[in-house]
Order: sequence, then C-alpha cells, then structure tokens
Amino acid sequence: MISFSQVHKRYPNGFDALKNVSFALESGEMALITGHSGAGKTTLLKLIAAIERPTSGSIIVNGQNVGTLRSGAIPFLRRNLGLVFQDQKILFDRSVFDNVLLPLQISGFDARSSAARVRAALDKVRLLDKEKARPITLSGGEQQRLCVARAIVSRPSILIADEPTSNLDADYARDIMDMFKSFNQVGVTVLIATHDSELLGNAQQRVFTLRQGELAT
Amino acid sequence: MLALKRLLMSPLGSLLSISVIGIAFSLPAGIYGMLENLEAVAGQFSTTPQLSLFLKLNTSEEAVMDVKSRLEHHAGITTIQFISKENALQEFGQSTGLADIAKSFEQNPLPDAFVITASSVPSYQLDELQAELQKWPEIEHVQLDSAWAKRLEAMLGLGRLAVLMLSVLLSVALLVVTFNVIRLQILTMRDEIEVSKLVGATNGFIRRPFLYFGALQGAAGGAVALLITTLGTNLIDEQLKNLMHLYDINWQLYQLSLGDSLSLLLFSASLGWAGAWLSVESHLWQIEPR
Ligand SMILES: Nc1ncnc2c1ncn2[C@@H]1O[C@H](COP(=O)(O)OP(=O)(O)O)[C@@H](O)[C@H]1O
Ligand SMILES: [Mg+2]
Repeated sequence: MISFSQVHKRYPNGFDALKNVSFALESGEMALITGHSGAGKTTLLKLIAAIERPTSGSIIVNGQNVGTLRSGAIPFLRRNLGLVFQDQKILFDRSVFDNVLLPLQISGFDARSSAARVRAALDKVRLLDKEKARPITLSGGEQQRLCVARAIVSRPSILIADEPTSNLDADYARDIMDMFKSFNQVGVTVLIATHDSELLGNAQQRVFTLRQGELAT
Repeated sequence: MLALKRLLMSPLGSLLSISVIGIAFSLPAGIYGMLENLEAVAGQFSTTPQLSLFLKLNTSEEAVMDVKSRLEHHAGITTIQFISKENALQEFGQSTGLADIAKSFEQNPLPDAFVITASSVPSYQLDELQAELQKWPEIEHVQLDSAWAKRLEAMLGLGRLAVLMLSVLLSVALLVVTFNVIRLQILTMRDEIEVSKLVGATNGFIRRPFLYFGALQGAAGGAVALLITTLGTNLIDEQLKNLMHLYDINWQLYQLSLGDSLSLLLFSASLGWAGAWLSVESHLWQIEPR
C-alpha cells in the first residue's frame, strides 16, 4: 500500500516540484501517473523509493513512513520495491543473466534458487534465450525488458516504473504495458509514470494527473 | 572473493601497487634484520666477560699471592692476568709519555690489579661475581668491562628508533596508496554501486569487498617485502659465508623468524584494510541513486 498525505517537495534550488499531493493506492491496485514533462512524475516516484525526501507531509509505503526512515533502513524498504527508472543503469560489463542476478546477490539468496528465479524473471519478459548475451547487443525494447526483469526478480510487492515505454515504438510499448498488467493480475501493486497519452486510450486503471506539481482531480 | 576477482581484473595495476608496497616495506624489514644481526654481535662481545680487580694500595705481597690462588681456584673464573703496580706504573709512563713524572713519585700511587675472565655468560651472573669479589677484604674495586657493549647497545637503540620512524612513514605511504587505489575503483564502479543501492544494497554490503581488497593487497605487498628481505639476506649470507670461511668462523645471518613474518603480513594487511576503509568512508556517500 502507498499513501501520500499533503506531500510537498521543494528541491534545494527552491523549486517546488510537488505541492500538497495526497492520494492512496491500495495493495494490488494498478495506477498510472500522467502529466507533461516537468510536472513532477519522477519526483513523486523518487519519494516512494526514498531517493528523495519530502519537504513536508507523510509518505507511507507498506506501513513504513518513508519520509522519516533512517538511512540504515532504506535498503530494506527498496528490497520490497521493484524499480524501473528512466536512465536504465544497465551494467554493461556483465551478461544479461548477471544483471538480473544482482538484486538476489544483494539480498543474500543462495546461488541455486537464485538461478531459477533469474530464469523465471527472464522468461516473463521473454529474454530467456538472451541470458548469456551482453546487454549492449540488445535492442532498446529488450534493454527495457531487462530492466523490468531486474525489478521483478526479487518478487517485490510493489512495482514502480518511470516512463517505461518512452523511446519505444507503439508495439513494444503495448507489449511492456501488457507485462505490467499481468504482474498486477498476480497481486503486485503497480505504479507507472508516463507522458504517453496513447497508453491511456484503453486504460481501465486509475489515472492520476499531475499539473505543475499539483494533483488534478 | 569479489575482492580477488577485482585484484585480477587489472593485473598490471595490482602488480604495480603490490610491488610499491612490497619494496616500501622491505626497507624497514631489512634494517630490522640487520639490527638483529648487530645485536647478536653485540651479544657476543658483551659476553666476553672481563672484570678488572684493583687491590688496596697497602696489600702485602703474600696477600696478593693469596688472592691469586683464591682466584685460580674460583669456579666462576677461567683466566687470570696479574698486573703488578710496578708494571702498571711503567705502562702509565710509556703510554702517557710522562715517564719522568712517573719516576718522580716517591711512592707508587697505582694498585696491583688482576684482569680476569669469568666463565659465566649472563650479565646477572657477572653482576653476582662482581658483588662477591667486592666483598673480599683485599679488593678495593671491581670493574665490569662492558662499557663498549653498552655503547653499542645505545647505538642499536638509535637504530631501532630509526626503523620505527621509517615504518611509521611507510605505513602512511601504504595507507595513501590503498586509499587512492580504492578511490579509483569506486569511481570506475560508480554505476554498479548506484544500481546496487537502488536494489537495496546496504552500505556494509558495498563496503565489504573494498575492505577485503585493501587487506588482500596489503598482505600481498607484505609477502613481496618478505620475499625481498629473505632473498637479500640469503644473498648476503652466501657472500659472508665465503668470507668467514677464510677466517674459520661459523656465522649465520639472522633470518626473519616465522613470528616476524606473520606480524609483517598481519600488519600490512590491516593497514591495507584501514586505507580501504578510509577511502570507502570518504567516497561512498557521494554515490547515491539520483
Ligand atoms: N534535483 C533537482 N533539483 C532541482 N530541480 C529539480 C530536480 N529534479 C527535478 N527538478 C525539477 O522539478 C520539476 C519536476 O521534475 P520531474 O519530477 O523530473 O518531472 P517529470 O518526471 O514529470 O518530467 C522539473 O521542473 C525539474 O526541473
Ligand atoms: Mg520524469
């Protein structure tokens, strides 16, 4: 469960990226955040993962107040989140398999069940035949799917994606969205930021719209 | 074993920093070994246990003979040399060039003396012997001839201080080398660290391989230092043996003991660890996911 209450975020340069944002997302729900570029979508997602801290207001994720979480507890918050961010941060010095393995190594999974999980995640994003490939040889859509696989491999209860379909053509974009829907169907809470209004066309999900840092109703 | 992998990842760089550490540490280790050798020499000299006995001025000739025979029968004494007051005065005249003055004395101001060699080696036994002889009624003064050894001892103390200072300086150098190597590593691994933090790596998890790396590199440097000093002493030892053979002396150079070697390894490993720790502490916080 994610809930924002009167959240305000002012960046150090004095810019107010979010103003008085309140909403709640029940666990198992799926929602889209839309808005023009610069509306504050990325900022909102960063607050959930404690990459940025709110200036005021409270943010509750899985029962924890993220805004006041001490830094030693942040890693354990993030292990319950699947994060797909804009600058993908794929590690190009290792194989596709090893990229997906990283979160499991970090949370201390044993090697054998890790390998099974990595293959399951790669299978879900249809990259199983590329597990030994170098990420540099993947297409844009495949790289994006690699990031999704890395986000879901530790089976998080919440999946957060920032513009996961940007710079993909329409077919690939729909493909990725279908994947998120299928994760949501097995109980994962999904929150996706996008400025791509085409994705909204046939959306049955909740949609939050940000305008200059404010949530439009 | 991530640390080992990283060490092998840039073999040339690792080799370079390990050699730098090794060469730096072979210096104090080598000097230390040399000091141990000198100390052994000093030990041999100070255990040439000579004492000078000065008799009272008015001791009669019979009494002198009596002292001599008692010394001869003393179990703790091996050699005895008698220096009569006449000989002493003559020698005084010759060695100072003041023979006229020496002759002009109405009465010989010098005492009869014995120079003896004790059979015992440890200095506390020499002290005991000195105390015992001092109690004899005919004896005015007993002097232990160990001043030379004491002077050497003082020089060795100075040498030890030099080794200590050198070690401190080079330890700082090792810290700096490790600090810098780890700093470069952190910079090149920036992406990996950022992703790791994003998927929930604790600071400890990220720090650990760097610390192991620092310790490993330090220990490897220490091993190189050991290798260098061992090779060095063996080389010198060979030459020395040939030389000593000519003089019919059997003399073995001091080699760093197992304890010495282990402490050197442990020391350089912990310094490497400390350098890595300092580096990680000062650089890791700069890398946060954005
Ligand atoms: N670190 C930052 N410092 C200052 N301003 C920032 C920072 N990050 C984002 N902003 C500003 O906050 C606003 C919202 O940014 P962002 O959340 O990235 O919007 P979106 O993702 O909707 O495009 C933008 O005007 C951006 O310039
Ligand atoms: Mg954005």
